[in-house]
Amino acid sequence: MLYREAGQFKTTYAEDMAIFPIRQDRIALGILLGIAFVGVPLLATFHIWPFNSEYLLWAILLPFLILALAAIGVNVLVGYCGQISLGSGAFMAIGAYSAYKLGTGVHIPLAWFGFAISIPPLPVLPSILLGGLMAAIAGILFGIPSLRIKGLYLAVATLAAQFFFDWVFLRVPWFTNYAPSGSVNAPRLDFFGLAVNTPIERYLLCLIFITVFAVLAKNLVRGNLGRQWMAIRDMDIAAELIGIRPLYAKLTAFAVSSFIIGVAGALWAFVYLGSWEPLAFSIDRSLQLLFMVIIGGLGSIMGSFVGAAFILILPILLNLIPTQLGVPLSTETITHLEFIIFGSLICYLLIKEPHGFARLISIGKEKLRLWPFPY
Amino acid sequence: MVRNKLILAAAMLSSAALAAPAAAQNEQFIPILSYRTGAYAVNGVPYANGVADYYSLINERDGGINGVKLLVEECETGYATDKGVECYERLKGKGPTGAAFINPLSTGITFALTEKTTTDKIPIITMGYGRADSKNGAVFAYNFPLLGTYWSAADIAIQHIAKEVGGFDKLKGKKISLLYHDSPYGKEPIPMLQVLAKKYGFEFTPIPVTHPGVEQKSQWLAIRQNRPDYVLVWGWGVMNGTAVKEAAAVAYPRDKMIGVWWSGAEPDVTPAGDQAVGYKSLMLQHGAGKFLVHADIEKYVYARDKGASEPGKVGEVLYNRGMVNAMLGVEAIRKAQEKFGKKPLTGEQVRWGLENLNLSDARIKELGFEGMLKPIRISCSDHEGARDGRVQQWDGKGWKVISDWYTANQSETEPLVEEVSGKYAAEKNVKPRDCSKES
Repeated sequence: MLYREAGQFKTTYAEDMAIFPIRQDRIALGILLGIAFVGVPLLATFHIWPFNSEYLLWAILLPFLILALAAIGVNVLVGYCGQISLGSGAFMAIGAYSAYKLGTGVHIPLAWFGFAISIPPLPVLPSILLGGLMAAIAGILFGIPSLRIKGLYLAVATLAAQFFFDWVFLRVPWFTNYAPSGSVNAPRLDFFGLAVNTPIERYLLCLIFITVFAVLAKNLVRGNLGRQWMAIRDMDIAAELIGIRPLYAKLTAFAVSSFIIGVAGALWAFVYLGSWEPLAFSIDRSLQLLFMVIIGGLGSIMGSFVGAAFILILPILLNLIPTQLGVPLSTETITHLEFIIFGSLICYLLIKEPHGFARLISIGKEKLRLWPFPY
Repeated sequence: MVRNKLILAAAMLSSAALAAPAAAQNEQFIPILSYRTGAYAVNGVPYANGVADYYSLINERDGGINGVKLLVEECETGYATDKGVECYERLKGKGPTGAAFINPLSTGITFALTEKTTTDKIPIITMGYGRADSKNGAVFAYNFPLLGTYWSAADIAIQHIAKEVGGFDKLKGKKISLLYHDSPYGKEPIPMLQVLAKKYGFEFTPIPVTHPGVEQKSQWLAIRQNRPDYVLVWGWGVMNGTAVKEAAAVAYPRDKMIGVWWSGAEPDVTPAGDQAVGYKSLMLQHGAGKFLVHADIEKYVYARDKGASEPGKVGEVLYNRGMVNAMLGVEAIRKAQEKFGKKPLTGEQVRWGLENLNLSDARIKELGFEGMLKPIRISCSDHEGARDGRVQQWDGKGWKVISDWYTANQSETEPLVEEVSGKYAAEKNVKPRDCSKES
């Protein structure tokens, strides 16, 4: 009844091709953005429930936004272009460590040639974006095997990237500026002279990043490039026959995906952790991102958000419930329960809807269009 | 029907959640970050039990600290940094005055929290671990690596080796390897050992082991080829037991292995059985065994069925360490109450108590810790408080203390502390406090 597009006539091509052709969608999105950009910061400023402590912002929303951004990146590669990648953690690490090096100044002594390359410390924003660029370059390099190998074999090749970069950042002291413990500290977060310190500022910063990147990604996958990726995903030989160059399509998917993941990695390190070690970007992180994309829905930007929320927030909620209810259980039991319930939920969801939350949402939309009359 | 019942149940659950018990006003909140699951649980469990039991003892025996009850909540980190940060955020604001202090029991989490705790004004106690440069309280106002940092540990280990080989001059030309957990924890002692290697002329080789440490074949092959005179073990969790077993497999003498104080507890040697006999480790002052305070724990906690551990495990090395750690926190709160009044205190006030903590022999005896600890005195410039250690050896049934007390040589650790903490201050724009003006 409410969600019915009857009477919304599209009189121009632009209207027909808009991101959100249905008015109700636009209104819903507007409200959501309004809550995210204005509502949440306002509530947090005045410490109104549930924002009476910094917990929700710091420990839930901030990691959610950053990992959702990374999940969008993974979705471009895995969901849209069909190239399974287990190296997302490595690309996050490349983004983080490149941004760190650029933010603290790069010095490469080339003793053999008698000179040294020195780049003074860059401001935070360029270092984060250049960190993403570095990840994109690495992504292209590790994407080259995808031209020859497919499916699970490619997953193994990207797994090599994961272990290689884990090793590099652990063992090459140059990347950590020779920190004795191997743990590095992010530089101060200054954006155009504004210091980003409080949780609200950090939240807004990440929100801006993810909004911009989500819009960019959505438009990319709707356009020429995205259609090439999807053609490759659905059947690469057919795609080649209709004139799509696999080299170009696959490598652009790797580049775009790694760029977004790299930026997310730099944000994870700079904005959320502040101080990190390579373990923050281990194989666990890669798998976590892959699960987010699979649970959320392959080939859906919206699904990346839902998947990130499910994988990141649900375990925390499950962990919080017994304490909130005052059930006297040991933390050990709670953690084991969390694993059991979370695991069974994943199984249940994938049996009921193998295409993830994105599919559930679109089914919901279809039903809503007919509601309350199912005909 | 079923659906209605479910809705009803959900409604009841949510109303129960909303009606969470209002915190009593005369309570001091203390968070416990622990890990009872995962690859490090074997070591995490006894430690967490020791911590929990000591807080229970204070509540049961004394009714809190000067009448202020301790309110404790545990949070499972699984030794993972991101979970640790989440736990910290979850617990830091609880209770009437927020967390008194935080004790993450992970060097990685310590690194991640150092800046946050300074902003939130909550002291971070890292007893026997954490970042070694935070000994300098002028720069790290809120970090307290009590009783010994890894640099002190490295120095004590080398002192013991020197004694075994017959003097510091005999160290020249010796080969000493460090088998370490490849994380900030394991990497911490490396700069100190490099300094000492240069000074005494021994050959130092660091050998990393990847988390969680069950795969050490290639490392021990390297040790077998290189034949070092001593192997220092900087491991945690399953890595320790594996190291002992692998040493036996390549027939490396166990009595030439010296673990740090985190690699010298019962769970580290018992899985290896007889293969572990002869293995040595440093002691963070105390060892295993029961002392006066344990009698109180049994009387007030276990007799009232409030104990966290199996009674047979009370008095193990890590259980005792948890207790010592909890005791130092409690004494810091007590000290702070002298200045700020007998009421729940904020983290900032407890920080003052920590920085002015001074436990004499008499006070330690009064607390029932005689024989476990030496006097501790913390000050603005020295957040470590004491840097003593002994060496113990596993004889197949228990740990035997085999050495006298060693005190880490400050003339060796101090220049490195100054250098690294100075670098941190410059990087982070921290203005070091003037310790002569602190009271």
